[in-house]
Amino acid sequence: MTLYLMCFALLLIGIYGIIVKRDLVKIIIASGIMGYASNLLLILFAYRKGGIYPILEKGKDMTGRVMVDPLPQALVLTSIVIELGITAMLIALAIRIFEKYKTFDITKIRRLKG
Amino acid sequence: MILPFFIIIPLLAAFLIALISGERDNWAIAVAVIAMLALLCLALFGFVTIGAQTQVYQMGAWKIPYTICLVLDALSAFMLVIISGIGLTALMFSVFYIRHLSTSWKYYALFMLLITGMNGVVATGDLFNLFVFMEIALFAAYALVSYGSRAEEFEASFKYAIMGSISSTLVLVGIAIVYSATSNLTMATIAQLLPQNPTVMYFAGGIFLAAFGLKSAMMPFHAWLPDAHSSAPAPISSMLSGVLIKTLGVYVLVRLFYNVLGAPPLFLKMFMIFGSISILVASFLAMGQWDFKRLLAYSSISQIGFILLGLGIGTRWAILGAIFHILNHAIFKALLFYNAGTVEMVLGTRDLRQMGNLTKILPYTTATSMCGTLAVAGMPPFNGFFSKLIIIIAAVHAGHPIYASIAVAGSFLTLVYFMKVQRYGFHGKKVIEREGVKIGWGMRTAMIILAVLTLATSLLILPGIRTAVLDPVVAVIMNKTGYITQVLGGNL
Amino acid sequence: MKQQPGLTLIAKTVTRISVWLIVLYGFYIIFHGHLTPGGGFAGGVVIALAFLNVMLAYGHETVTRWLNISFMHDLEPSAGALFLTMGILGIALGGGFLANVVHRGTLFNVFSSGNILVLNIIIGVKVAMGLFVVVWSLAIFRFFEGGDK
Repeated sequence: MTLYLMCFALLLIGIYGIIVKRDLVKIIIASGIMGYASNLLLILFAYRKGGIYPILEKGKDMTGRVMVDPLPQALVLTSIVIELGITAMLIALAIRIFEKYKTFDITKIRRLKG
Repeated sequence: MILPFFIIIPLLAAFLIALISGERDNWAIAVAVIAMLALLCLALFGFVTIGAQTQVYQMGAWKIPYTICLVLDALSAFMLVIISGIGLTALMFSVFYIRHLSTSWKYYALFMLLITGMNGVVATGDLFNLFVFMEIALFAAYALVSYGSRAEEFEASFKYAIMGSISSTLVLVGIAIVYSATSNLTMATIAQLLPQNPTVMYFAGGIFLAAFGLKSAMMPFHAWLPDAHSSAPAPISSMLSGVLIKTLGVYVLVRLFYNVLGAPPLFLKMFMIFGSISILVASFLAMGQWDFKRLLAYSSISQIGFILLGLGIGTRWAILGAIFHILNHAIFKALLFYNAGTVEMVLGTRDLRQMGNLTKILPYTTATSMCGTLAVAGMPPFNGFFSKLIIIIAAVHAGHPIYASIAVAGSFLTLVYFMKVQRYGFHGKKVIEREGVKIGWGMRTAMIILAVLTLATSLLILPGIRTAVLDPVVAVIMNKTGYITQVLGGNL
Repeated sequence: MKQQPGLTLIAKTVTRISVWLIVLYGFYIIFHGHLTPGGGFAGGVVIALAFLNVMLAYGHETVTRWLNISFMHDLEPSAGALFLTMGILGIALGGGFLANVVHRGTLFNVFSSGNILVLNIIIGVKVAMGLFVVVWSLAIFRFFEGGDK
């Protein structure tokens, strides 16, 4: 239970970072932290007590053993890939914003309002 | 089996465009137009043949708990028709519009990726696959919002991307929670297993409501929409406002809360509350805008409020009105964004106070914008009138007079702020000389097609046509156990 | 001594020796993705990192001269198209999108998983090229003077 709560705390840290921080790069890092928290949550849900790794090997005795759930690991890999793309996208956007505004401070980047 | 081709065709088109195009965009346009025409034919064929049945496609010749399945029923076919139809007009418009920004093939590749993502979200029957396609669509949307390379566009795109990544993380957390309770990702199986565990259902439901509410820009979660939709190039604004917030937001909400979670009354009540807040507050915010596209963006939030209100009431007529309003809003909001884009291209401004005597300079744009305005404000022969009327009557019938009066007030406010557009924007007193920009025939055709459609779709309300077109869609939404039995079929 | 782009001589020498080992490791991960942890994405990332290692050590001007970036740029969408072609082959021959069309082989061999090995290789190429081109284009990006403030 403690692990789940800590995972949730990590998610909240990410959201806190996005809301409070003023630097574009820190916001990107915070969104990354949030993504890791959700990945960690998926992996935690896949854990089985005393489970072994879910790989078939030559001569491995599987009788009476519990495997951890392999599906969430595949899901996490997919979501990591997506996150990689989104992070690259955000960094490219941050670079172009810096080019236009000459700052990373979001309080100075406010041409859109209303 | 036509189902996988809804995803294969646009994805292959995107890769082909990236491969075969050189410096110019001629080949890219040809490939994109052919792909969109094929998709439209396929979607219409699917919608006509599907009727009240359900088609299930199992990927990789595996059977259902172990595979990703694609599901085509009346609701998804209806959304596919909207996506391809609006997408085709957006493509026609952008062939002429985008060339004054740049002549690169990248726009068309991203556009096809956007279509891929939306088609995938609508066609899939698997919760995680829905997340993946949603990310594809959003990724293309972030890039397309910033396509014009102006400072405001990057700012809007960054804001959109951050809000989108928050909501995507929430979706992933929701999926993790659902998976922990059911050990399954097929939506039909989840629908079977999840109601046995109401705590998890309400927890996951709340997270999904926040996540997809952010995507559909219901009122407390709307902050990104006016920036992103007003900064994007006009055809992309029309795709985002007309189609994207409905596929990623409203369609997923309908599918999840009606077909998977079984329409719990608590969430329906929240739909109604959020919907009515959206209608009222977004209307008041729209009245204060002088930026044409920003006003349209706020109006989108308000119209999404109507759809959510209809879904929240949950009776047969209310859902019919909501579904009808999804179609109508896609048509007239796309039309209005094309008008705004044309005006911006010719005059170089989006400020309503800088416009005037457009009747002389842009006769087609002014005429079609009048159609769009009357449709969005709900004037009788146009389609917007009928869908709003159905929602309002259904609200009174279901015993919610307060919500009905909010909808009436919202409809009236819509008329007020669109009269402002007509009064200052298109029929203003300021005299402007015509500048050298020419409007292509594709832009004009796209606007005229949609203006005709605002009138033509009001025919859908006639009883004979309604039973053929809209009633199967409503039946899919209303029949909560039907989705489970039809998808799982023999292997229950 | 003239200022060369990139890092010091030590870093360049170590990179020159180790980059092939890293590429080999990436290929190992790609080809054993169905037997051990790893697969197309992980192996592709390793290969892309090998190229990035060279870029860090020698500077991006040198890498741009050495490597045919536009070819890598084209390889990425063609890998995607190839993946879809495999899927369509599955429809044509196997009865479903991405159904198995390659012979299954014997268990615990490298050729033991039919389609998956082919798809892993395609994904590996796509990820390696895509990731490298993304980081390369972030590295060569130069600001316009003045901005538009």
